[in-house]
Amino acid sequence: MATKKAFGGLDKKLLINMHKLMVKSRVLEERLIKIYRAGESFFWIGGPGEEAWGVPLGLLGKKGQGPAYDYYHLHYRCTPTLIALGLPMIDSVRLMMNRSTDKSTGGRNFSNHYCIPEWNVAPVTSPLEVQYPIACGTAHVQKRLGKKAITIVTGGDAGTAEGDFASSLILASRKGQELPMLITVQNNKWGISTSYDGQHGETHIADRAKAFNIKSRVINGNDPVESYICLQEDMAYIRKTGKPAFIEAHLSRLYGHSSASGANPVPNEVDPVREFEKKLLKAGILKEKDVKELWQSFENEGVKAAEQARQEPVPTAESVWDHTFVGSENADWRNF
Amino acid sequence: MANMAQAIRMALHYAEKNYNLKDVFGQDVGAPLGGVFTATQGLKTAWNSPLDERGIIGMAMGIAMAGDRCVAEIQFADYIFNTIDLLKIAGNTLWCTNGQYNLPMTVMTPVGAGIRGSVYHSHSFDAWASRLSGWKVVMPSNPLDAYGLLLSCIQDPNPCMFLKPKALMRVRGEELIPGEPTDEKDLKNMIDAPIGDRSKWKAKWPDVQEYLVPFGKGKITRAGDQITVVSYGRHLLMCNEVADQLKQDGYSVEVIDLRSIYPYDWQMIKSSVEKTGRVLFVNEDTEVTNFAEHLSYRVTQELFYHLMAPPRVLAGKNVPGIGLHPNLEDSSVPQKHEIETLIRQICAEVP
Ligand SMILES: Cc1ncc(C[n+]2csc(CCOP(=O)(O)OP(=O)(O)O)c2C)c(N)n1
Repeated sequence: MATKKAFGGLDKKLLINMHKLMVKSRVLEERLIKIYRAGESFFWIGGPGEEAWGVPLGLLGKKGQGPAYDYYHLHYRCTPTLIALGLPMIDSVRLMMNRSTDKSTGGRNFSNHYCIPEWNVAPVTSPLEVQYPIACGTAHVQKRLGKKAITIVTGGDAGTAEGDFASSLILASRKGQELPMLITVQNNKWGISTSYDGQHGETHIADRAKAFNIKSRVINGNDPVESYICLQEDMAYIRKTGKPAFIEAHLSRLYGHSSASGANPVPNEVDPVREFEKKLLKAGILKEKDVKELWQSFENEGVKAAEQARQEPVPTAESVWDHTFVGSENADWRNF
Repeated sequence: MANMAQAIRMALHYAEKNYNLKDVFGQDVGAPLGGVFTATQGLKTAWNSPLDERGIIGMAMGIAMAGDRCVAEIQFADYIFNTIDLLKIAGNTLWCTNGQYNLPMTVMTPVGAGIRGSVYHSHSFDAWASRLSGWKVVMPSNPLDAYGLLLSCIQDPNPCMFLKPKALMRVRGEELIPGEPTDEKDLKNMIDAPIGDRSKWKAKWPDVQEYLVPFGKGKITRAGDQITVVSYGRHLLMCNEVADQLKQDGYSVEVIDLRSIYPYDWQMIKSSVEKTGRVLFVNEDTEVTNFAEHLSYRVTQELFYHLMAPPRVLAGKNVPGIGLHPNLEDSSVPQKHEIETLIRQICAEVP
């Protein structure tokens, strides 16, 4: 009973599962950095530090395809959410190593630019914040369908300077036409090298949502229990009222911005995976030996995934015209 | 005969009824106005968006991503420029997702000069649009084509850009849209919203039928064998008029209405130029770098030994805007006398 209280009343099985998925995501992302360092990939960007937020987000969605299920419009630090949704490591590695077996982009786009229509995961876009107004479109269709499915959109704190962020607050909150959306910002206090104070005058980004009468709050995104409970409450609120909710999650960026700024560990940041693990060990929910084995088993899976992806084919030069139009209809003017 | 605004309305109505078109939206697109050019009056699914072009295009992408068909309007093409990266993303989404997410969306926007619209209501977008890979781009020159091209756009599973030549919105066609009443007044009474209180007004739609103008299919609007003139939109009408005038002086001018800018009807241009040996491309987007330059380049590459004269492009001057005073507007976008002079010049050239 005391344990339950300490972990916000969350079930032991759920806590163990969240920890497992957080570890899996972390191990995978560290593997991706190694692949990049070994020169087997051109670019790394990822989400170590976002596990305590991303895993609950993936667990709580209504997973499926089409507007009767929840849509995820995510940014590039979203591996924890995808892992929680059930992404096999190999798929992330294929994307990283731009194999033609990479379903998300067919070897065309960067690491973590996932796209999984089967789970309503919208394509991650490189231009920051365009996902916000696009998300309003899927939410609009869901509202019309009336199945209580919601749209979730995530992004970074610096990106909120883009007008598209404001567009989404406006589109989501019009009186009588509110959209069933969970709008979130993962505030790690950095935009590449620009600090939070270097960009923002507002105390909380969440205050901007308040101005649009959107239910809004700031949470500790480094605590998976707090994340889970808040997300669960807000998702229930959105499903019930059909109105949007906003969460600003404060969390860590453990490995620098991307390979562009060096994928090096950042000192003095809270490590949400290790913190949670410590708490679970202390509470006797996990055992040292099991934890060690868990990390090791994911290590092995990551190594195997890289070995396998290495053997897989890469896109051919001729495939460059594929998918310009639906059905690979001729798009090459030379053939008109 | 319907005018182009009415034709667009009827196409949208047909698509609402038959193609599962679920949203027609943009600034002032819904009731009571029904669009600044009245092209969306009386439609069931039309609604007013916030004054936010990026929001409009982003939302259209999301609606399409969720599998619904929509038509989004940008009030004037001059304001589409602040959505350019979204247009780029819409065009590359299928490609970037390895064929997994298609976006069956149509964006329509009025383009071009000719209504004394000055710097921010006269811009062209055809040359810009031709660079948006993954999009299909069309521009009609008459109401029937507007109807048929718009239906093709809405039906297509790819993002489509429907450019409306704004100077032609009130111009009537020569052919009836299938199902359209023969008397213009009847049509007006049925689908034009009344002036004043419209709160109780509802359109009475004629039983219009499906009519499709396929992508990539041009139309020869004047047959001739001395020179080929390729155009679209409002300048197509000018080219027709010039061809008719010059006929009286013994010139035989073939005019092609390209209709579809991408994909484009190369086979029609090719066989015409092979016949005439001379070609002039006419449009009003600025000359550096113009879509017609691509066509002219292609003519040079593939039809060089058929040519009796260099291919020519007559386009808008490379100035930052279209000035309000008629002297400024008329000297920035191609005029009839310039088309005529050029045709005479090209025809006079001897290799
Ligand atoms: C529209 C746009 N401008 C610039 C960039 C380059 N860029 C990539 S990430 C980034 C910083 C983003 O910071 P933030 O939104 O705080 O997200 P974080 O990476 O910290 O999670 C920038 C400037 C981009 N991707 N898109």
